[in-house]
Amino acid sequence: MSTEVAIIGIGIHPFGRTDHLTGLEQGAFAVRAALRDAGVAWSDIGVAFGGSYESGNADSMATLLGLTGLPFINVANGCATGGSALMSAVSAIRSGMAELAVAVGFDKHPRGAFNPKPADYGLGEWYGQTGLMLTTQFFALKARRYMHEYGISEDALVRVAHRAFRNGALNSNAWRRRELSYEEIAASAPVNLPLRKYMLCSPAEGGVGLVLCGADRARRYTSRSVALRAATVRTRLFGSFEVFSPSLAATQAPAPTVTAARAAFEEAGVAPNEIEVLQLQDTDSATEIIHMAENGFCQDGEQERLLQAGETEIGGRLPINTDGGCLANGEPIGASGLRQVFEICLQLRGQAGPRQVPGNPRLGYTHVYGAPGVSAVTILERRFA
Amino acid sequence: MHNDEAPELVCPELLRRTASGWSLLGGRCASCGEICFPAQRSCAKCCGTSVAAWEIGDRGTLWSWTIQGFLPKSPYDSGETESTFRPYGVGYVQMPSGLKVESRLTVSDPRRLQIGAPMALILQPYRTKPDGHQVFTFAFEPIA
Repeated sequence: MSTEVAIIGIGIHPFGRTDHLTGLEQGAFAVRAALRDAGVAWSDIGVAFGGSYESGNADSMATLLGLTGLPFINVANGCATGGSALMSAVSAIRSGMAELAVAVGFDKHPRGAFNPKPADYGLGEWYGQTGLMLTTQFFALKARRYMHEYGISEDALVRVAHRAFRNGALNSNAWRRRELSYEEIAASAPVNLPLRKYMLCSPAEGGVGLVLCGADRARRYTSRSVALRAATVRTRLFGSFEVFSPSLAATQAPAPTVTAARAAFEEAGVAPNEIEVLQLQDTDSATEIIHMAENGFCQDGEQERLLQAGETEIGGRLPINTDGGCLANGEPIGASGLRQVFEICLQLRGQAGPRQVPGNPRLGYTHVYGAPGVSAVTILERRFA
Repeated sequence: MHNDEAPELVCPELLRRTASGWSLLGGRCASCGEICFPAQRSCAKCCGTSVAAWEIGDRGTLWSWTIQGFLPKSPYDSGETESTFRPYGVGYVQMPSGLKVESRLTVSDPRRLQIGAPMALILQPYRTKPDGHQVFTFAFEPIA
């Protein structure tokens, strides 16, 4: 339909806990790193999109990076904040609004589970007061039902977490870098059964920035650009099984992940079996398993076998969350979606070091999901030899 | 709680007294017939704006479940502390219309929770105010 967009610069502030920096400062750190990577200056940027869930307005970052007068749009879209910022930057470049755009996401959350306000989601106060408004409950309820319908075992939940921490140990930007044993995960404290402590990600801190331009101009800046073949965002349909739902309709509809993934594959003109490295939202072990099918990478129930056969490992046919995912990196809401894109760019550029997927991968995929039922997907392609 | 007392409910708009006890109260769209819970002024399925009150009932089957294993932060207001917190069950209960209602469960023992099991609505105290007065919410319990 239009001009193709490329990522020419990537930057990250390590995830985890950084007591001496605010969330906003971690975002600015990431943008500076992305600008360096692209070989451009902040004053060259024509438009920026960014956001956080609870670390302030992204446009305040201009005070730290330089008040150049650029249009800087704040994005607030829950866990899809980063994906939405990226989609907006892509649209801005396609429209001719700017030659160079920045997308940035960051956050810094207090310890413990999130405690959203019912009114922010159009719900009555009773929903929070009586202890039903917890994201971990939703993930557990969806997991239990999915495991029941498709014969997924608790062993599969452990295997996902096991791999996440194994990959995280290979990632110097990850928060949790200690490889956990199978037994340690399987015996960890129940949080929301069937989900246990090490099967759920924790709120954390971090920031990611990206620099983008039209793919036809990318070579001016870098010899290792990554083309965005698709960047889609979709919200829930009536009847889909979503977080913060006091009830579910009698007839179930496909999740927003299904519709966002289909739209992305169509936009890119590629099929799931062509993807060589992927990032799927792994708020918890079961979520990643469900997302494997919702994104079209396998049939419902097939995950059990794929996990047992090691297909989702770095050396497997379908390497998932090679950077350790949310489980090992933690979840800074605004930054998570862009961390996934950062990792895929590293993989396609052959710069992922000890966790590099072999075979010089050309096509990668990212998927993020969040409240109240929004998914963002990208399909990325290496455009150099 | 005795039947002749009027319990203090955290969510009176979600419940209605019936001849046999209590029913969950939702809405039904006049245009497409879709049932919602809680009731809302417009229909999320067909965008219709005529939604009438609808008794969802007091019996269903367990559709999914979990155990809340840690003390939720505010706005949870049971009054419990880390040391007094007792895990509670949470589930979706499929009602006769097919609608699945999210609810606290009266049991938190995984051995007593099974997808497909019959469940009944009750009122359950979930909070004790400083003056000792109890506040009730709806919950489902397994039918023995």
